[in-house]
Amino acid sequence: MSFIRDTLMIFRRQERLALRNPAWVIIGLTQPILYLALFAPLLTRLPATTLGTTGNAYKFFVPGLLIQLGLFGSTFVGFTIIADWRAGVIERFRVTPVSRVAILAGRVLRDVVTLVVQATVLILVGVAFGLRAPIAAIVIGYGFIILVAIGLAALSYATGLLVKSEDAFAPMVNTLVVPLLLLSGIFLPMTLGPGWLQAIARISPFRYVIDAMREAYAGQYFNTIMIEGIAVAVGLAAVCLWLGSRVFLRENA
Amino acid sequence: MGIIEARGLARTFKSRKRTVEAVRGVDLTVSDGEVVGFLGPNGAGKTTTLRMLTTLLRPTAGTATVAGADLLRDPVGVRRRIGYVPQAIGETMGGTDRSCLVIEELLDQAALYHIRAGEAAKRAEALIGQMELTGLEDRLVKTLSGGQRRRLEIALGLVHEPPLVFLDEPTTGLDPQSRSNLWEHIRRLRSQAGTTIFLTTHYLEEADILCDRVFIIDHGVIVAVGTPDELKRRISGDVLTLRVTGDEGTAGKLLAAEAVVREITAADGTLRLTVEQGEQALPSLLRVLDAAGITLASINLSRPTLDDVFLTLTGRSLRDDSPAGARQAAEPEAAAGAAATTAASEE
Repeated sequence: MSFIRDTLMIFRRQERLALRNPAWVIIGLTQPILYLALFAPLLTRLPATTLGTTGNAYKFFVPGLLIQLGLFGSTFVGFTIIADWRAGVIERFRVTPVSRVAILAGRVLRDVVTLVVQATVLILVGVAFGLRAPIAAIVIGYGFIILVAIGLAALSYATGLLVKSEDAFAPMVNTLVVPLLLLSGIFLPMTLGPGWLQAIARISPFRYVIDAMREAYAGQYFNTIMIEGIAVAVGLAAVCLWLGSRVFLRENA
Repeated sequence: MGIIEARGLARTFKSRKRTVEAVRGVDLTVSDGEVVGFLGPNGAGKTTTLRMLTTLLRPTAGTATVAGADLLRDPVGVRRRIGYVPQAIGETMGGTDRSCLVIEELLDQAALYHIRAGEAAKRAEALIGQMELTGLEDRLVKTLSGGQRRRLEIALGLVHEPPLVFLDEPTTGLDPQSRSNLWEHIRRLRSQAGTTIFLTTHYLEEADILCDRVFIIDHGVIVAVGTPDELKRRISGDVLTLRVTGDEGTAGKLLAAEAVVREITAADGTLRLTVEQGEQALPSLLRVLDAAGITLASINLSRPTLDDVFLTLTGRSLRDDSPAGARQAAEPEAAAGAAATTAASEE
């Protein structure tokens, strides 16, 4: 099928460009690793009950860092599409018979692959620090971050292509990502907070995803938290991909 | 039927406050194998028309057939059969990625057209030779010179051997040497491969040298079509400038009575005449002055340029990028003077 072939072609091109300049992949990894090394040890002194069902600082913290990795890595990819648009590359592709959705899908696929590699490094470092989690949990965790990355990357590319300006894009992303991150309970459990904060935190979709990932890391695979997490992650990915495709299919992007 | 047939092509942009009619009903017919130029000042509708014809922008009205495919019903069919080289100045650049190798760009472009790898390699090699990029295959795009990068961008538009190529401002921003080099390549494209070329340009001499026919667009409508010579003949005569030693008023009256003289202005000992077929008219005009005993200090006959044509049609010079109409009143004099000087220095 030509859509798949086109997607793989775009993917290979983007992957080649990323490998030529791997600085960003490495920079993206340093932040979570620093958190793991310099922040997670603080959590080990907290009473086990405050860390929810996981009861272990690393089982609690690594899922949060994985989501943070996905959140930051994927929301900023929009910058690259602005650069591509400015170089005339997007226009050049749009005048060829290549599928316009593949121009988006190939890029998203590259971002997912990058994230999986980064996540693997992060998990291995976690294991070195004392993370012990079931294989099934780790696999489920990959599933969640892949869905989050698909959704956010598609949204980021679409937004980048719409605003076409780094100066407008950067503040948009920052004002959105930081509150979402803080409200997701990545660093500390949201249950520690007062009632009003917990109520606001319900609006962050990542809250549900992280809760479900932590359930998995605690060995709980079948409960409502898990179902909610899966529903939110799949829903987010589907809606964002649909929105992204709409933008890339627009007559004049 | 032509390779481009457009009827009533129009595009309106709506923003919150107002509606802008960028292109208001353009009819175009381009025959197979022609090189046509699309001339117009900034904001005339040049790029909008080009973007509609290349499926980048959907027309709000009108129909078109481009390279045998219907623009509205089969845009992918159009994309398969046309090559497009975006302009390399302004907000967006010419379409190559700084961090790609030259050969990668060519092979990726072939993949975008679903050309098999073996065939793609063959075509890339041929284009590298044809566009004088030999030895640059493994260089990063950002290390190329302006002219080399532009030749690569044109090569990308040719990978799928299209019968019709759109070049948006192909030589803008290049030094004169690279520009004339690129003209050679564009000429060869037509003479060797029979490719139809549709180009937009700011440079009148480019249109004059390269194009079989020229379309002049202004305020979203086509105001003139023809070969460069036809346009020059139709719109302005030759410009004859005479300096007389005596009273220019008497000389002016004498010459104004001649049938070949269309227009005449006299000031400070200089007569400026617009005459039809200046070369033939000159001897008889000189005889008239001679018979009246008027002596001449100098004579200059300059051919009309496309800029004169442009000026007559649109009231502004192509070289001038000021907002439309702002300097319209003062401008024709100065621009015509400049055009005559240019022509004179070329001869």
